[in-house]
Amino acid sequence: MPRVEADRTACKGYGNCVIAAPDVFDVDDDGTVVVRCESFPEADRARIEAAVRSCPVAALSIRDD
Amino acid sequence: MAGSTVIIGASVAGVRTAQALRSLGYRDAITLVDQDLHAPYDRPPLSKQFLAGSWDAERISLLPADRAGELGVELLRGQRASRLDTGRAVVELSGGTEIGYDTLVVATGARPRPSPWTVPGRVFVLRTLAHAQALRSALVPGRRLAVIGGGFIGAEVATTAYNLGLTVTVIDPLRAPMARVVGDEVGRFLARLPHRYGVATRLGVAADLIAPDGDGVLVRLGDGEVIHCDLAVVGIGAVPNDDWLTSSGLTVEDGVWCDEAGRAEGVCGVYAVGDVARWFSPGFDRHRRVEHWTSAVEQATCVGHRIARPAVAAPRPGPDYVWSDQYGVTVQVAGVTGDALDRHWLGDLDRQGRVAILYGEHGRLRGAVTVGWPSAMLACRRGLARGALVEEAIRTLTGSAGTPQRPAACQT
Repeated sequence: MPRVEADRTACKGYGNCVIAAPDVFDVDDDGTVVVRCESFPEADRARIEAAVRSCPVAALSIRDD
Repeated sequence: MAGSTVIIGASVAGVRTAQALRSLGYRDAITLVDQDLHAPYDRPPLSKQFLAGSWDAERISLLPADRAGELGVELLRGQRASRLDTGRAVVELSGGTEIGYDTLVVATGARPRPSPWTVPGRVFVLRTLAHAQALRSALVPGRRLAVIGGGFIGAEVATTAYNLGLTVTVIDPLRAPMARVVGDEVGRFLARLPHRYGVATRLGVAADLIAPDGDGVLVRLGDGEVIHCDLAVVGIGAVPNDDWLTSSGLTVEDGVWCDEAGRAEGVCGVYAVGDVARWFSPGFDRHRRVEHWTSAVEQATCVGHRIARPAVAAPRPGPDYVWSDQYGVTVQVAGVTGDALDRHWLGDLDRQGRVAILYGEHGRLRGAVTVGWPSAMLACRRGLARGALVEEAIRTLTGSAGTPQRPAACQT
């Protein structure tokens, strides 16, 4: 299954990912991204790719292993 | 929908539209056209890391050539669209070439609002990568910089220049440059940020002349004061790049008028996204042209859906959201803000390093401004998405189920 990866150092806590896919992304008390569930079904790909593209600092990516 | 999609404009709106199309399974040809030889690149870093010299052009690329190839997106750079013939479904480029389309996406963005002040090499504007390169070379430590325009871009340029060791003065005709967006009270609060950081201001007075002065420039203000500087940056807003669309059949008036999901009015098969687009907003019951990065990306996703999956309801953009890194803090604005709404202050910037102002109407959360408090902004945006009451949002931010902590006195 494809996996989401987050660069927590690059993250600035803007939160677009959480707004776009709250089931996949959250932020901790410091305002840094937390990936709630790394793997996602292929059927969700378009929605999660949109969430990845919504990050203003390109801190998110998808890995297909 | 069979056929090809041509996207005019390869900044964030145009690029994200191309990416959304592929992500949604669109298999037909996509051509992305831009007048800028450096396209596609991201603009927010042009006033921050790129201007400071810590990021280079490669770092701000939105779509490297190899990635465009993988996506099957044809990228044409340095080509300006000069005319749209909707009758023949053809875009004319300034070199004389024509591109035919089945679906057209207009993403030509905006350009700096012209000002009467041009002193080559000393008065700068900032919109493109080339502008940022030119300005970067001129930001020499010890120089004196005047920034005309105290909006977000002016504030970020001022901050970057100050951090590089220049002496900076920000000039704006409004006492509270942000007041038009966030209201007078919060606007006055934000107007204190430059001084707090070390940047001088002349607020409530207009610049009426910028002229060469020795090796530098002088800026004459409306009250008669003359400021001597080495260079000036003018950031007084942007105007949409819609001139090329007159007599195209599209409705063009301060942008391209579209329905609430990006389809251009009056013509088939044409959409518009980003700074050039004026979408109908059901929430505001009127058309609006929004110049925020997040809006451009959300509009691109929406239009991508309309083209690639026309049978499915396209996801609409959410409430407005914009951020700015300025004067050592992150300022964020979401939703509807302004003096007509009730305001609730939480936190204390000087004592706690963070402040949030929640805007309500009839008890319901309508918008928020935060400074140094990204987690509060996200909580507010989540609240806006579900129609939360102001009380609920305050409880979330104060972390208590009882009486909210007494809001900090707003220092005006």
